Amino acid sequence: MRWFASSPTPSRPQIAHTCFFYGPPGTGKTTTALAIAHQLYGPELYKSRVLELNASDDRGINVVRTKIKDFAAVAVGSGQRQGGYPCPPYKIIILDEADSMTEDAQNALRRTMETYSKVTRFFFICNYISRIIEPLASRCAKFRFKPLPEEIMSNRILHICNEEGLTLDTESLSTLSSISQGDLRRAITYLQGAARLFGSSISSKDLISVSGAIPVEVTEAIFSACKSGDFDLANKEVNNVIAEGYPVSQMLAQLFEKVVAVDDISDEQKARICKSLSTADKCLVDGADEYLQLLDVVSNTMRALCNMPQDFSYDV
Amino acid sequence: MLWVDKYRPKTLDQVIVHQEIAENLKKLVTEQDCPHLLFYGPSGSGKKTLIMALLRQIFGISAEKVKVENRTWKIDAGSRTIDLELTTLSSTNHVELSPSDAGFQDRYIVHAASAYLTVLVLNEVDKLSREAQHSLRRTMEKYSASCRLILCCNSSSKVTEAIRSRCLNVRINAPKEDQIVKVLEFIGKKEGLQLPPGFAARVADKSNRSLRRAILSFETCRVQQYPFSSNQAIPPMDWEEYVSEICSDMMREQSPKRLFQVRGKLYELLINCIPPEIILKKLLSELLKKLDEELKHEVCHWAAYYEHRMRMGQKAIFHLEAFVAKFMSIYKAFLIETFG
Repeated sequence: MRWFASSPTPSRPQIAHTCFFYGPPGTGKTTTALAIAHQLYGPELYKSRVLELNASDDRGINVVRTKIKDFAAVAVGSGQRQGGYPCPPYKIIILDEADSMTEDAQNALRRTMETYSKVTRFFFICNYISRIIEPLASRCAKFRFKPLPEEIMSNRILHICNEEGLTLDTESLSTLSSISQGDLRRAITYLQGAARLFGSSISSKDLISVSGAIPVEVTEAIFSACKSGDFDLANKEVNNVIAEGYPVSQMLAQLFEKVVAVDDISDEQKARICKSLSTADKCLVDGADEYLQLLDVVSNTMRALCNMPQDFSYDV
Repeated sequence: MLWVDKYRPKTLDQVIVHQEIAENLKKLVTEQDCPHLLFYGPSGSGKKTLIMALLRQIFGISAEKVKVENRTWKIDAGSRTIDLELTTLSSTNHVELSPSDAGFQDRYIVHAASAYLTVLVLNEVDKLSREAQHSLRRTMEKYSASCRLILCCNSSSKVTEAIRSRCLNVRINAPKEDQIVKVLEFIGKKEGLQLPPGFAARVADKSNRSLRRAILSFETCRVQQYPFSSNQAIPPMDWEEYVSEICSDMMREQSPKRLFQVRGKLYELLINCIPPEIILKKLLSELLKKLDEELKHEVCHWAAYYEHRMRMGQKAIFHLEAFVAKFMSIYKAFLIETFG
């Protein structure tokens, strides 16, 4: 059982429109949609009234034309209450990760939505609303899910810790919220992983090792090597990072945070460093070698920090 | 039997280097419900060894009886059927394969393999295409009740976030030099060898923190000369020697003629199946040893640039040669400016 799935249900079950839930991952969009559906129909009718599709199911234009349409077209009996659930006289189709649907498939949905709006309501769930075509978005009531603030997340985490009998000190609690960046699912996954590996008493070091984040000292060492202006020292540090097996994309992200926050270097220097970070990130996505890219970033950073010329003097 | 295989730890209790990780894995297994696992770390750090030991811990001795099989899959891909052949390694309890061997058809393999419903060990996940990684995600969710995946890769940056967040990530770092020394001394004792002081440390130093390589060169030394003398040379790999030869060629003369000669040597390396990015990296590290401080930045930038281009392109030799030509041009300009 994933702990994340057992979230609370909303108190108001009525839905009037086709709804659109969007926001960053791990903020409870899918949970909310499922909770609403469950609260409306109860366990018995749920199977026949709700169709749930997510990105891993095939959702090309053919599926929209057949499966979704067939499901949407069938009318249901007028609402008799069953077992204390409202059971409204319509069905629900939940389309999870809707932003990964093709534009054609989205277009095909338009008509279906309107034609069968009496008998079927839609829930769209996505991360990026900009990937949903305008005609579809304008037909829906939109709900934005913000990244969870720290205290809500801490409350939930502490609740889980209580239930599962874990002990977590304040330091590791704040570590957990900083490494998960408002993503509750990630926070809970890390917590579960740490609990599996290290037993019921979890320190912030355990959480960092489970999350794959790089310890601050390592980033610090790289940065101070860049400041020293000694290329061989920096090369040694880079080799060390690679040998320790830290993911370089993560390293770049943490270097970026470090560079932006540091206050004794000029804006121009920061800009130069960030430019090299972005180039390297793109190269890594293309599959370039981690060692060479990190070395290039470090060399650029060093030149920016030590005010060496950025242009190469011997390149003709 | 090579020492690398002979002294490979069979169970989690025998592990010398990554004891802490082994302890954690043991804890993980005793709770019955093991999550999906993603092992990542540099090569020669012991990922495979740990995975095998873990399987042995779960299934007992039967996990060791593996058979190699050439399986064929018939895959129905809409309008046509595809025949795919891949080598798998399987015991009664687990199946191990490297889907990236199937090239651009890797996603069909990932899909077909999910039918095994056992423990599935997938190698080189970082080399899988985006599509294959997405269908892996579907496998992980759909069959999570009956199937456990153990993924193994070199760099976790190339594995999508969706997969990483569904697995328990286990980072395997390359062993430190003193740990390698410990292993070498352990092997020395088992084999009844006399180790002169400092010899194991020198082997470890030459190994670039790769345990496999350290053990292999240790055995080579044993074959070459025994009893060991304390100043015995540790033979470098012959391709590495060849690369440093290329490197000194490049430093000595910068001309189209020399470029042509270097090209022949690079071809020689490629024919012998040395991966081009490894050649480039070795070339860079050899060059960095000899260059002036101001040139180092420039050369390392171009190495990164051409390695990226190599990855995007098809033929490695073009980009290797372009790097060599670039280096020659930079070095020549530097020499002219410095010495006139």
